Amino acid sequence: MHELSICGSIADIVSRRAGGRPVRVINVRVGQLRQVVPDTLAYCWDLVSADTPLDGSRLAVESVPARLRCRDCHRETEVGDLPVFYCGSCGATNTEVVAGEEFLITSVDLAREAEG
Amino acid sequence: MGRFHRHENGTEHRHADHEHADGLGDHSGYQTGAERIEVLERIFGENDKVASANRAAFAASGVTCVNLMSAPGAGKTTLLRATLERLAGQVRIGIVEGDIETSLDADRLAGLGAAVSLVNTGNGFGGECHLDAPMVGSALPRLPLGDLDLVLIENVGNLVCPAEFDVGEHARAMVYAITEGEEKPLKYPVMFRSCDLVLVNKVDLLPYLDFDLDGFLANLRQVNPAARVLHVSARTGEGVPAWCDWLRDQVATDGSATLACPRGDGDRSAVSTLLRSCCRWGDSNARDTCDPAQRRLRNWCCLAGAEAASLLAGGPAGG
Repeated sequence: MHELSICGSIADIVSRRAGGRPVRVINVRVGQLRQVVPDTLAYCWDLVSADTPLDGSRLAVESVPARLRCRDCHRETEVGDLPVFYCGSCGATNTEVVAGEEFLITSVDLAREAEG
Repeated sequence: MGRFHRHENGTEHRHADHEHADGLGDHSGYQTGAERIEVLERIFGENDKVASANRAAFAASGVTCVNLMSAPGAGKTTLLRATLERLAGQVRIGIVEGDIETSLDADRLAGLGAAVSLVNTGNGFGGECHLDAPMVGSALPRLPLGDLDLVLIENVGNLVCPAEFDVGEHARAMVYAITEGEEKPLKYPVMFRSCDLVLVNKVDLLPYLDFDLDGFLANLRQVNPAARVLHVSARTGEGVPAWCDWLRDQVATDGSATLACPRGDGDRSAVSTLLRSCCRWGDSNARDTCDPAQRRLRNWCCLAGAEAASLLAGGPAGG
């Protein structure tokens, strides 16, 4: 359940950025290699935001597939569903992750004043 | 899996009841066109700041920190007991002991010559399943860092969450027990991928199990081709000397980042500029990574950053 503490961090960041304005949607980018379950995150967000100024806001999760760059053949390939970190092109193990480890808040959509 | 949520019009339903467009502002009556604030802020940013502070505290005392992780019951505490017994009088060790509840593990480590700082992660809400950087930071004042060579963090038993949190360690080791089954690296790739060393524990049970050791190693190589692997039995002591040698190597090499930084009669301003760049690089890059090589580079830069701060303040490194 580290989603709970993650939601605490999200609430801190959003509260600071929103500066008291009512928030409608928090846009979150989550890489495939992050062990965050979007549904659990949304559920925990409801718990964490309840009875706070962020009550009623929701998380919108954008997933980013994991990609590797091969240091041998220099091609980029997608990791896919199985966590195999070999180059998808030449099979080398000398790879680096170039996408899939993201975990950030990209933006916050404010509610219109009438909604707030 | 659905979750309840509430629309502006007051109705509630579960997500599973209807499809969401992945984009925004197009959701069942939500109004669009409201103001959007660009944020682009890493969610682990606050944790990572504290992790850097922990790392700086270790660097200031010349202490190496190893984060030890595993599933519950894999044998971390038994291995730590064997480690303390073997390294007594050779390496000065402090332990940060993370547990959701109880001091049972800390009690098992008492009387072996190590300073133990217990962190109970229970917070009345089920307890945290991992140690994060602020928790480790809160444990450090209870350790005599200046008198230590090595801090071992016994993380909460869990194969998922601890891998996500940088706590300021220099290296990560995990204890994997052969009773867990050979498929675990594929099921928990982030944990297995984030480790510099995998200790394959309980090998004394090999004759009694159907465990496929080669299959396990092949699975591990798929997710982490670079990991060191040591076969150990914390119970019989097999492999414990090799693990202790690995720990000694960590202690011996970790200070090298600081030593490698130029000091002395050179052009102090050029050196400062270089180290400041390192510091900035360490601060801005390779944070969101579970890749051990990238983490080592970041650690080096953070150490270099500490050196830079010392230089700029006219401290000992400038001498």
